[in-house]
Amino acid sequence: MPRHAITIRGLTKAFGRNAVLRGVDLDLPAGQVTVLMGANGAGKSTLVKALCGVHRADGGEILLDGAAFAPPGPAAALRAGVVTVHQSINDGVVPDLDVASNLLLDELADGRTLFLNARRMRDEACRIAAAVGLDIDVTRKVAGLPLADRQLVAIARAMARRPKLLILDEPTSSLSLAEAQRLFALIDRLRADGVAILYISHRMSDIRRLADRIVAMRDGQVSGLFEGGSLDYAGAIRAMLGHAITEVDITIPPPGPVVLEVAGLQLKPDARPFDLRLHAGEVVAVTGLVGSGKSALAGVLFGLDRPVAGRIVLDGRPHAPADPGRAVAAGVFLAAKDRLANAVIPGFDIQRNLTLPFTPRHAGPLGLMRRASERAQALRSIRDMGVVCQGLRDGILTLSGGNQQKVVVGRWLAEASRLLILDEPFQGVDIQARQDIGRRIRDSAAGRATLVMCAELDEALEVADRILVMSEHTIVGDHRNEAIDLTRLMAQVAGSMDGMREPA
Amino acid sequence: MTPPSITDLAIRYGFLVLMAGLIIVFSMLRPAFLSPQSAVFILQSVAITGILALGVTATLVVDGFDLSIGAVATSALMLSAYVMVIWEMGAVAAVVLCLLMGAGVGLINGLLIVKMRVPDLLATLGMMFLLVGLQRIPTQGNSISTGMVLPDGSAAEGTFAPGFLMLGRHRIDFVIEDLVPLSVVFLIVIAVLTWVFLELTRHGRVMYAIGSNAQAAALAGINVGRYRIAAYMISGVMASIGGILLAARLGRGDVASGNNLLLDSVAAALIGFAVLGAARPNAFGTAIGALFVGILLQGLTMLNAPYYTQDFIKGAVLVVALVFTFALSGRVGRARA
Repeated sequence: MPRHAITIRGLTKAFGRNAVLRGVDLDLPAGQVTVLMGANGAGKSTLVKALCGVHRADGGEILLDGAAFAPPGPAAALRAGVVTVHQSINDGVVPDLDVASNLLLDELADGRTLFLNARRMRDEACRIAAAVGLDIDVTRKVAGLPLADRQLVAIARAMARRPKLLILDEPTSSLSLAEAQRLFALIDRLRADGVAILYISHRMSDIRRLADRIVAMRDGQVSGLFEGGSLDYAGAIRAMLGHAITEVDITIPPPGPVVLEVAGLQLKPDARPFDLRLHAGEVVAVTGLVGSGKSALAGVLFGLDRPVAGRIVLDGRPHAPADPGRAVAAGVFLAAKDRLANAVIPGFDIQRNLTLPFTPRHAGPLGLMRRASERAQALRSIRDMGVVCQGLRDGILTLSGGNQQKVVVGRWLAEASRLLILDEPFQGVDIQARQDIGRRIRDSAAGRATLVMCAELDEALEVADRILVMSEHTIVGDHRNEAIDLTRLMAQVAGSMDGMREPA
Repeated sequence: MTPPSITDLAIRYGFLVLMAGLIIVFSMLRPAFLSPQSAVFILQSVAITGILALGVTATLVVDGFDLSIGAVATSALMLSAYVMVIWEMGAVAAVVLCLLMGAGVGLINGLLIVKMRVPDLLATLGMMFLLVGLQRIPTQGNSISTGMVLPDGSAAEGTFAPGFLMLGRHRIDFVIEDLVPLSVVFLIVIAVLTWVFLELTRHGRVMYAIGSNAQAAALAGINVGRYRIAAYMISGVMASIGGILLAARLGRGDVASGNNLLLDSVAAALIGFAVLGAARPNAFGTAIGALFVGILLQGLTMLNAPYYTQDFIKGAVLVVALVFTFALSGRVGRARA
């Protein structure tokens, strides 16, 4: 029986009426890597924030080495031995200082010494760096280091505190394979030193390499714990995504003519090229883990990114938009994911949010807006989408999340498109809004090709005629949404079947 | 609908009530304050800063800031004097060259900010220093006036064209003879045009969208960079119009004038945030803000308040206006956070 560095029992946390953690029970044994998986909104980040002192839990308890642990703030959590390295690497380092100052930053912030002794600092910093196998000149500025070295600096700084628990949040998301290998070697050493490690990631290659145990979270609870000799990766993914579909009422229409044809598309330098055909009238869902390339595909089609290689043909003409404006002009629309950052105009009312992409349609001579035309369009959109609101002129932020989402999806349904891409259109919406949005997407699908990116499998099964699976920035599965072999699909999501190439 | 609370009313009408109160107090203390001549004097004093403030409003709308407007205005002042006095060209040439200079400076500001990714405050601050120096180089730091001695020893023989001077000095008969200065007419026309552009056209709409969430605007297919550059060009052109009017009023290229232009016009635009509880840059608010500053200063002048108290009071009013905008209408601020 391994010693548990952290024991969590019945942890709850709610924001307003929104319960995010609903009784989490979890043990993190010392000297083991526990991988935490969970879709967006499953409660992973809230759990991490409760552990590192950013949030205080509403109920339940956390024991650190057997003693009650309720840090009032991040600094207290750090002193108690819980160290977090965040996904955004620059949160963990001060780019304008040299490596030595960064490594000793916590000591500097404590402020016990007034004057700095450069030589003593350098020696101390070298000792800390050596302890994690970081071999760099400590007088260099952090801003001049590659990303991976910055991350090692952040980790080394954390390790100087002899932590009991190290939390790594998607640490490899911006690292190359070689850089990731260096990180893994470090994690191996820390594990051998008896540090409990909580590793949050969706990269199956990372998980296979590191995991002693896998914990899956779903809807604010632990939905699966996998440990032992051979880990059940597909089982972990099933526990994370769930597929409690009771009724899927999809009638697959006969496919229309080909709208979009993609040949040899390569999204990343080390990704396998793939082909893709989308037909008029069909709704195609793309599923896959976070970071599997769904948004990268959407970005290439919408003119946000350039592909490494490949040819895209839209209605018989080459399609290589230089920017979103040109993509829209070519009839390719994208309802972006993460609506607050990418879609909502907080200063605008509902009507103006609805008509934003197509203002020329409602503008007369000299660009003067025609109120009646704009209002009529907004009313149509609200009716079609079933937006529940008091009036068109209310601020967009007065709406619930689901209704906001209906507005930002509805704005792209106002005009006919050739290809409509919806990136995570069901993100952060309630079940009613999810069904309304899904129905509207299907009802309006005739005449265009529709691509819906969704990490949650339930959502893909609810909305699509066809489901594509992406993994490692390529398409690894193509299923007609009729009597789907879910086990096979899950395995493809995990990237372990069909002779799929493993990353080096 | 719930009835509006006292706070809502204060946010919406507080500033207008304050302005009405000021007018009442001043006219009780000095009855001459209410005369048409006094009203026209106020308008004339705010005409130039008002026009500059409307330009800076355009940059505030796209979530930018233009600190170079004061320097653009004084550059236009010096340029128009140089064109007419030293090159001995006419009024049309002077006006056209000044407008082109303003548009060019705006374009460079915009390119620095959009293409070179220099933060807006720094880019326009740098441009301000550059222009303040540049405008003095051709005359080696001297003011420009007819008869001045040129570097080659000869005297400058050109004069300000009468048509040019009219822009700043002519008064139109309106009820009373010779009442309304032409510059006030320019202010009103420009204010109305700016309001129409920002509130009623799709371009204004799109600029507000950029200011509220540039990322979302870009993902809606809007060319964010082009609109940002256009906003700085509008600001530059407006500032050069202000400079032309200043030159026409002074009748000479005075290197020392226009020191307060930047602060006064930025104050007017920021006070505009608070008018009618808009909590965002807007043309109507900016015009009212400029008027407010004008009324305050005219009243204080008529009460014989010393000049240094005027700057103090201007600053205090600006701080109060910013509190109105950001603290009292905190719902807006929180929603954005």
